[in-house]
Amino acid sequence: MGQTTVIQINGITKKFGDRVILDGISLQLPLGETVALLGPSGGGKSTLLRCLNGLCPLDEGEIHISGQVLRPGQSQRSEAVQAVRRQWGMIFQDFQLFPHLKVIENVIEAPMQVLKTPRAEAIDRARKLLDRVGMKAHIDAWPMQLSGGQKQRVAIARALAMQPRGLLCDEITSALDPELKSEVLTVLEDLKRDGLTLILVTHEMGFARRAAQRVVVLCDGKILEDGTPEQVLEQPRTERMRVFLRRVMG
Amino acid sequence: MGAIVVLSILPWSACAQEKQPLIWGADAEGGAPYIFPDPSDPSKNIGFEVDLATALAKELGRPIVFKQYPFAKLTDGVSRGDIDLAMNGIEITPDREELVLFTKPYYAFRLQLVVRDDEDRFDSLQGIKDLGGVVGTLEDTAASRLLDRRKIRKQIYDGQIEPYKDLIDKVIDGVLLDDTIALFYAKKSMVTPEAPPLKFASPIVGRGYYAIALNKDNRALKTDLDVALTKLFEDGTLRRIYQKWGMWNDSQEEFLPSGQFFEPDEKADTGTTAPSHFIWLLLEGAWMTVKLTALSFSLAMLIGLPIALMRIYGPAPLRWFALLYVEFFRGIPTLLVLVFLYFALPEIARVQGWDESGFTLKMTGFWAAILGFGLSYAAYEAEIYRAGISSVPKGQWEAAGSLGMSRGLTFRRIILPQAVRVILPPMTNDLVALFKDTSVVSVIAVVELTKWYLILTKSSPQSVLEVALATAGLYLVMSVPLGYLSRYLEHKWGKQP
Repeated sequence: MGQTTVIQINGITKKFGDRVILDGISLQLPLGETVALLGPSGGGKSTLLRCLNGLCPLDEGEIHISGQVLRPGQSQRSEAVQAVRRQWGMIFQDFQLFPHLKVIENVIEAPMQVLKTPRAEAIDRARKLLDRVGMKAHIDAWPMQLSGGQKQRVAIARALAMQPRGLLCDEITSALDPELKSEVLTVLEDLKRDGLTLILVTHEMGFARRAAQRVVVLCDGKILEDGTPEQVLEQPRTERMRVFLRRVMG
Repeated sequence: MGAIVVLSILPWSACAQEKQPLIWGADAEGGAPYIFPDPSDPSKNIGFEVDLATALAKELGRPIVFKQYPFAKLTDGVSRGDIDLAMNGIEITPDREELVLFTKPYYAFRLQLVVRDDEDRFDSLQGIKDLGGVVGTLEDTAASRLLDRRKIRKQIYDGQIEPYKDLIDKVIDGVLLDDTIALFYAKKSMVTPEAPPLKFASPIVGRGYYAIALNKDNRALKTDLDVALTKLFEDGTLRRIYQKWGMWNDSQEEFLPSGQFFEPDEKADTGTTAPSHFIWLLLEGAWMTVKLTALSFSLAMLIGLPIALMRIYGPAPLRWFALLYVEFFRGIPTLLVLVFLYFALPEIARVQGWDESGFTLKMTGFWAAILGFGLSYAAYEAEIYRAGISSVPKGQWEAAGSLGMSRGLTFRRIILPQAVRVILPPMTNDLVALFKDTSVVSVIAVVELTKWYLILTKSSPQSVLEVALATAGLYLVMSVPLGYLSRYLEHKWGKQP
């Protein structure tokens, strides 16, 4: 298992029934970069993200990630999928905190159960992570007592507790008010400075421009544009992209 | 049936026309030789009481119409006027004499102890008592009271075939019942075509009498029936009937015509449970109810979870099996399950010859009850588990999965704890329901709280109110806290949606 420095996506296809969601996508994503996945709703960006950590089984193609290969027909229980999941955190639009566990317990659950980290050590690390995302004051709160922005920051701390190589973020600010969005985006920028790989499905054009090194636009299951934020957002190659930008910006 | 009901509510004296049929209440389920379905034509009832009713009708010049009535309620039936006369092996007892009017006896019975063929440890009640053995009998009978007086451990049955069956199966050590019953069920007879491996132990002193029970106010009918019975005895009709059924013996000759009719043998009959004891007996029953409920429900929760998991996550064959299981046990009365486990399984093992290799499938009533209720309630609990588990959003699986948690770990640590909030209130409801449902176990010879109530109220009618209040009190003391527990847990978990 050679450690590679890229995520290599080779011609992956995903269908839901007759609908083709991903249509032979190939991409190379270097580790340590922040990549923004943009595009119209239904374009396939969330599906691509979920394929990356095996939440969504492939129909064709393969993904080389963290020394593992994800292939069609692989079980969710397979060692490859489990290994990828341990190394890549995922943040969801609707947070998905564990409602029956307090904030600190949400964060220590996976390290203790999966990595068998001793409780004291797990708590120690969790405190630091919660401090980092500005949630130290809410360690003993229940998820239901938190605002959306607070929940999302706890979710980030929870993912970080597994010491991942990177985070896969699926529209993580879409359910938040503008001021709560900025709380979360600030945390992301901080993580980016630490060199964590971030792959974000987002509608935040401003954030994409500011923070991403690369922007990939997916439309109808295919890659529409791929380049730096300046290239893609200011000089798009395709008419389709110009229309899309006018609509989101307008 | 409609006509019978209409007739039976007409007042007695007002229109007591000669040709108006008399309604005779008896329980054909009670069995041979009194009145029972003809083995060769089950649509027809036969028995010595059927013959006696026919003879009496002829003597009275009035038709006698049979009406099926539960044995335990026969004396109530005549008091309420549902039936005109109850004739079903009802013994004359002082308690009953307070409630109904008895005719002259029509049969003098003895108690007969029956033991297994190869029994060599004892040949008498005293022998069983010395060994600490258990004797089967029917409740509220002379036999049952005799066992109480002699302080012999007894096992109460609902029907007369079951105690002999359990005796053969070595569940109990002896059966004490009326000789009329023993003649039919412990020897080769028309209801037991093969002679059971049983024998009669030494005779027991003491006699009881069967008589016809009438409404207290119906003296006119008593006079008529007494005259008719005397006539049937004197002209030999009674003797012919009893000889036909193999029931004729010296006792009949000796005691039926004698003046002792209304002085039932003291040894065979007296003695009711002392009222000061009833609370202890009820507590004993309550403890049995608690044990049954706790063990069956634990079993139901244990079986229900895998069934629910199979239904939600299992591959097709397991899913079908789980669905079949749920539909099967939800669609079948628990009573049937209990009776099948207790009576039918050993029978099947015997017929299949499995018992020869020691696989008898025999279990005590207690464990059969726990298994039966456990299996039945597992179907309901599985559905509750399923609803609870399905109520947890799919995103929780994905979130835990993305943290590297396996499916098993996710289920145990993330899904189940959340499902429990949804599961618990309906499950506590089921627990309370089961608690009350356990009252049917007397069919498989387990005596719990309700059965003790029934036994006690029958044996001491004068303290019915006290016993009823105490029984209700015991049930409430146990079930109301369960309700509070359910609400407390609901409240506690309700705080974290």
